[in-house]
Amino acid sequence: MNITLKVWRQKGPNSLGAMETHKMTEVSGDMSFLEMMDVLNDRLVREGKEPFAFDHDCREGICGTCSMFINGEAHGPGRNVTTCQLHMRSFKDGETIHVEPWRSAAFPVIKDLTVDRSSFDRIIQAGGYVSVNTSGDTQDANSIPIPKHDADEAFDSATCIGCGACVATCKNSSAMLFVSAKVSQLSLLPQGKTESSERVLRMVDQMDIEGFGNCTNTGACEVECPKGISLTNIARMNREFLSSTLTSK
Amino acid sequence: MLDSKIPEGPLAEKWSKHKDNIRLVNPANKRHIDIIVVGTGLAGASAAASLAEMGYNVKSLCFQDSPRRAHSIAAQGGINASKNYQNDGDSVYRLFYDTVKGGDYRSREANVHRLAEVSGSIIDQCVAQGVPFAREYGGLLDNRSFGGVQVSRTFYAKGQTGQQLLLGAYSALSRQISKGKVEMLNRHEMMDVVKIDGKARGIIARNLITGEIERHSAHAVVLCTGGYGNAFYLSTNAMGSNASAVWRAHKKGSFFANPCFTQIHPTCIPVSGHYQSKLTLMSESLRNDGRIWVPKSKSDVEAIRNGSKKAIDLKEDERDYYLERRYPAFGNLVPRDVASRAAKERCDAGYGVNKTGQAVYLDFASAFERYGKTEVLTQGIENPTHEQIINLGREVVKSKYGNLFDMYKQITDDNPYETPMMIYPAVHYTMGGLWVDYNLMTTVPGLFAAGEANFSDHGANRLGASALMQGLADGYFVLPYTIGDYLADDIRTGKIPTNSPEFDEAEKQVKDEISALINNNGDTPVDDFHRRLGLIMWNKCGMARNEKHLKEAIVEIQELRKEFYAKVRVSGSADDFNPELEKATRLADFLELGEAMCLDALTRSESCGGHFRDESQTEDGEALRDDENFTFVSAWEYTGAPSEAKLHKEPLVYDNIELKQRSYK
Repeated sequence: MNITLKVWRQKGPNSLGAMETHKMTEVSGDMSFLEMMDVLNDRLVREGKEPFAFDHDCREGICGTCSMFINGEAHGPGRNVTTCQLHMRSFKDGETIHVEPWRSAAFPVIKDLTVDRSSFDRIIQAGGYVSVNTSGDTQDANSIPIPKHDADEAFDSATCIGCGACVATCKNSSAMLFVSAKVSQLSLLPQGKTESSERVLRMVDQMDIEGFGNCTNTGACEVECPKGISLTNIARMNREFLSSTLTSK
Repeated sequence: MLDSKIPEGPLAEKWSKHKDNIRLVNPANKRHIDIIVVGTGLAGASAAASLAEMGYNVKSLCFQDSPRRAHSIAAQGGINASKNYQNDGDSVYRLFYDTVKGGDYRSREANVHRLAEVSGSIIDQCVAQGVPFAREYGGLLDNRSFGGVQVSRTFYAKGQTGQQLLLGAYSALSRQISKGKVEMLNRHEMMDVVKIDGKARGIIARNLITGEIERHSAHAVVLCTGGYGNAFYLSTNAMGSNASAVWRAHKKGSFFANPCFTQIHPTCIPVSGHYQSKLTLMSESLRNDGRIWVPKSKSDVEAIRNGSKKAIDLKEDERDYYLERRYPAFGNLVPRDVASRAAKERCDAGYGVNKTGQAVYLDFASAFERYGKTEVLTQGIENPTHEQIINLGREVVKSKYGNLFDMYKQITDDNPYETPMMIYPAVHYTMGGLWVDYNLMTTVPGLFAAGEANFSDHGANRLGASALMQGLADGYFVLPYTIGDYLADDIRTGKIPTNSPEFDEAEKQVKDEISALINNNGDTPVDDFHRRLGLIMWNKCGMARNEKHLKEAIVEIQELRKEFYAKVRVSGSADDFNPELEKATRLADFLELGEAMCLDALTRSESCGGHFRDESQTEDGEALRDDENFTFVSAWEYTGAPSEAKLHKEPLVYDNIELKQRSYK
């Protein structure tokens, strides 16, 4: 396949950026999108130019590091895939592909396609945990039976990889899908239930501090989420948030 | 010289006695002690969180943009613990025994027993943290079985167990960050260890965003930086997984143990082209339900390769389920090293089923039928059609391994619900690592290593679902206790200054190295050299090794290293976010470590576990150990170049287990 790439080039957080055009030839359909970017970078280095900086690590869709906005969609055209699992067979010969970084005030660009997502870490630090020390002297793992349905539902929420596609997709740059996935996971389990009202208040507070927008129920985040995190989580978080606000001291 | 500090007394009492007798640091003093933890995988995140909870001041570093991304996250199948919830006769002793046997009798008895002892607490701890393990309808935890064992002791969360455990450890770490007990440094890479008066007293790190070279001091440094499988270039490791921290520690005096012990995982998606950047694992848990086979006749192989026949066209008696044939007792669930070699044997004999001849089938058809039949009964469906049964079975398989099947389809464009998967072995894990004593301290006082970065628990072959167990055991339950014994001497030391000549010197070396790479006027990208190193390693220090190949490999790697320094081009600048520079410094270390691996493989002329020497095999092609001459840990001391490393031997003593030729027949 032959592909024309238009890739975002931006030297640093405070520099102006622009699209740069590169022609790619002999692209194999079995290549992953990032492998295609590797080939481009290899060529740029050989030509004495600077390669594009992009985030990636596990390349099997689980670490949440890769983060490209491809042809106007987070992680490109596929559903339930990250960019590293997107393969070039999803594109047509002769196609022009636009590649941009996540765009959100809460995710400032570091360089080219790389952004700073530490705001997500700070939201988790605000309360995305169960306050239990790691002594190992907790009760036996089987002492509290958890209905399979609840455990499965908690698992589904817990599969969020924290990539930020939801934020990049949302017209309000809202992080509600991310935050609600963690809130849901922990409030669905008896171990996390105890602190659930404190947790939701603190996490939502931090989300606002970081500059993420609010949710207006468009649902684009759910469509673009590579792990299929459901909007139901947001509904559950809103419920938790409301009741916590009403009952908080 | 090598004192493993294994406590006296009966095996089952060693750990509890040791815990009772080691020195403690009182809570007021802990506040005056700094610890650096490098890496935030299962071992690193759990260690940093636990040490901070205890009251130490912790600095934690990761090269990723967040501690949640460490490659432990990609572990799929599960975590072992001897809970015996399934009432199938499991016990601490049995987990201990299976692990020592699985490691082909090249691990330390005392360490492995301790690992088995704390395994149950890990599950308790994780459940308390809100890790959503798979459960049965009664609400209790579910288990499955893994290779090399005959019980079901593996706890899991679909095919994403590593993710869930890591997010649990990350949440514990996040809690300590929010309390100010851990200072978290994302996108920081450790570049060197700083030693003062023979003790590890800090590190030099590079801020990967600004390029700044930073000094960090501490009373102890803990390396939890994972394995070195990327020496092979293609592996199941993440792109950033690297050996620089352990290799640089080695060059500063930590002995490196058993570097040649690498695990080649039997079930990975085969290589598809020269641009390939990594290989993807298909979890070992699939061997619970998948059957591995190749065609019996070469004409069928030919027909499959040229597309005139498909896997599903072959009848049952035209298939060679070679693992079931060769190992009736364990069948498809033999340990990884055995399964990998068996696949290589069939493919080398010309029975590989893809175009490159390097693939075998992993087939779920009989699992669909078996589960389907059970479903039909539980759902009370009368006179079901064959299709109905298969579809119901597919649903069950989907609920167990759905994400793995999706991943396979995404990568290969083949639907594994319709046609068998094609798989081939790939580099996965490294059992070797920094030599540590029973307290997890390396030969440099104050420098500790935990998780995959150390060597002690898996011998020559790691059993499935044991890496997660070891990472969390080290980080939650072992290191936090044992490090106190060392730090008890430091309660009056006070803060370690970073303006000493030792810090000056270490920083200068790092800066010089970086500047040499950046200003090298070469023309070849870093990856080019990495690929070539990978090929040498895979061809000559891979699934089967021999004296001739290893000697060649050592020379080839030395030459490649010279060429790298002469011709590499590292674009961009040193004072900027520069992924090319990160790759270059990491590869510089792999180019030395690769040679150390070959040298170790050459020295160990026996076969054991994942280390298979062509010269040492039984009549039917199984690994043949040489217990008389090789029942020891090879601990290498760096003396100026990889080829000049000095070998020290730590004898392995088996008081509780009788050494036997491993048999899974």
